[in-house]
Amino acid sequence: MNESKNIDYLTCLFKSLPAQSNSSTFQDTLPEDPQLWIKQLRAQAIDEAGQLKWPTNKDEEWRFTDISPLTRLPFKPAQAGYVPDLSEVRPFFIEEMVNRLVFVNGFFAPELSSITHENQLIIGNLDTLATSHAHVISAHLGQYAQFRQNLFTALNTAFLHDGAIIIAPRNTVVDQPIHLLFVATQAETTHYPRCLIVGDDNSQMTVVEDYVALQADKSSAYITNSVTELKLSANAQIQHIRLQRENLNAFHLANCAVSLDHASRYETISISLGAKISRYNLNVSLNAKAAECAIDGLALITDGQLADTHTCIDHVKPNCTSHQQHKCIVDNDAHAVFNGKIIVRPNAQKTNSSQSSRNLLLSNKAQIDTKPQLEIFADDVKCAHGATVGQLDKDEIFYLKSRGLSELAARNLLTYAFGAEILNNIPIPSLKHTLEQTVLNQTQSH
Amino acid sequence: MISKNNQTLLNVQNLHANTQDTEILKGINLTVNHGEIHAIMGLNGSGKSTFAKVLAGHPDYIVTQGNIQFEQQDLLALPPEERAQAGVFLAFQYPIEIPGVANSQFLRLAYNTVQSKRGNDELDPLEFDDFVREKMKLLEMNPDFLDRSVNEGFSGGEKKRNEILQMALLEPKLGILDETDSGLDIDALKIVAKGVNHLRNEQNAIILITHYQRLLDHIVPDYVHVMEAGRIIKTGGKELALELEKHGYDWLHNDQQKNAGVSV
Repeated sequence: MNESKNIDYLTCLFKSLPAQSNSSTFQDTLPEDPQLWIKQLRAQAIDEAGQLKWPTNKDEEWRFTDISPLTRLPFKPAQAGYVPDLSEVRPFFIEEMVNRLVFVNGFFAPELSSITHENQLIIGNLDTLATSHAHVISAHLGQYAQFRQNLFTALNTAFLHDGAIIIAPRNTVVDQPIHLLFVATQAETTHYPRCLIVGDDNSQMTVVEDYVALQADKSSAYITNSVTELKLSANAQIQHIRLQRENLNAFHLANCAVSLDHASRYETISISLGAKISRYNLNVSLNAKAAECAIDGLALITDGQLADTHTCIDHVKPNCTSHQQHKCIVDNDAHAVFNGKIIVRPNAQKTNSSQSSRNLLLSNKAQIDTKPQLEIFADDVKCAHGATVGQLDKDEIFYLKSRGLSELAARNLLTYAFGAEILNNIPIPSLKHTLEQTVLNQTQSH
Repeated sequence: MISKNNQTLLNVQNLHANTQDTEILKGINLTVNHGEIHAIMGLNGSGKSTFAKVLAGHPDYIVTQGNIQFEQQDLLALPPEERAQAGVFLAFQYPIEIPGVANSQFLRLAYNTVQSKRGNDELDPLEFDDFVREKMKLLEMNPDFLDRSVNEGFSGGEKKRNEILQMALLEPKLGILDETDSGLDIDALKIVAKGVNHLRNEQNAIILITHYQRLLDHIVPDYVHVMEAGRIIKTGGKELALELEKHGYDWLHNDQQKNAGVSV
């Protein structure tokens, strides 16, 4: 590893952290921790982060994504205090969603949030709930997103100060979807959003995790380093929609870890639109029989953007199902990366897994690296995978032209459709409509 | 529907076409007048579907000789979309699925594009919705098909009905039905045939491409043509289809017909 390259970023980060958790400066430099267990978790993460090296292209996991530009940016942790006007944030609200937690630069903004308590749902920010619900939160927080071997998860945990907490107790069906809105406002800072979502037995909910930017200067750079943990107990169901619509100079590094118990079902749709460089790691562990996951992704990028999605679906137990569909639409000189690992452990017989990676190049400078990676150690399994990279199908274009559409109109419609297919399953009409418009605007040439 | 003052709608002369350096069409002659229904029959590989695609302008086929006159226009000079706008419609043998685009969106886009090119008013979504629902009744289609993605998850019969729905919306002068009957059960066949019969009038014409007589029981042709090896080798009235049904295509070779390639 090249030490000189990394010195700026890491030095800057560690200057803002104590060397050890028992340092007397601990309370001075970080928001107050109400609970010792959080301090201990952070202390472990700080130790771990100090030992991990900055990833480079020589690491297999980072082969196609060069994040060295980050190391040249001495971005300090974002500061609490600034809260934008409601009118500035309102455009990001989703009209059907009454439950909304808004975080500004990683800090909870109650004046922008709106919570209707449904049933026994525990919803709020970590800073507030850490005292009242320490027992239940400490049982989960940091348990699924392992910071061992993962520098960015370690850093997020080291800087843990606040976050979104949603805990649906047993048999709770949350009718209203929940919007977690993370707003970045400060230039040249790093912010550390954190989410913990727990569905106890038989619970059901829909959560939208949403990253947006609100800078006066649209060209300002910043780093988002987020960690999300989801735990589903027996028969629980979660629909998890993730939107990354950062500004086009942002760096977005995200880790999401999902743990599934018996017959639980995890459905996710992740949409990557923003950021100069983004990396989304999604790790789903099917830890008990009959668990299911459906994982859809869409990256829609242009003009020098890089969007990297790494997923790992780990079939630990028998009779589980996973279906994955990932699409990239890449225009101009943008670069999309997809690495889809599927592990079927020796015990995981009767696994049913499918993966499809479909990629559309809209320019001859666009680049796609797609890599299905199947590691199958059981013999009685069904695993299908396929990857395509290409341009529009000429028979499809002819079909539309034979109905009177011009070549351009036909191409535009098919490109739109390629992206819109992923949006079809979004259960929130206004959000679906907004995203369809975004896809429409970005796929139409004139 | 042959009448005395019929005018020529389509005139195909000595049409030759290649795909991937193989000649598929080897000199087709065909004249279709307004108000007529022509059936084209023949074995697999005889060039029927290629002929349909060449009429619609499929880019895989290169016309090497001959010409096609459509009303006063040189059809071969027009790209596919302008042929559609001029009134040529091909109902596909294998309609394309377009996941991600609602059928209603697609139908309205096609309808409005063609209408504006023809100098007519476009319809807004609400007006179009009423209009298309009326047309769907004709084909006994469930309005749910408007909200579904174009042809995605449609059964074979539903796809074919969706093709005829497009024909009803675009009101072509020449409708070319490429094996619209294949994959249809008898009930679906009757519905599709009823829709096609409803759409025909003295101003338009239809070319039916089919293997089987059974479609022709429901859409009765004025002329039946038999294709073989890229040419029309025999032309007759509707009774020719019955003869073929009875005797098979080999019968044509045993029969000492001399009028191969004669156009009507």
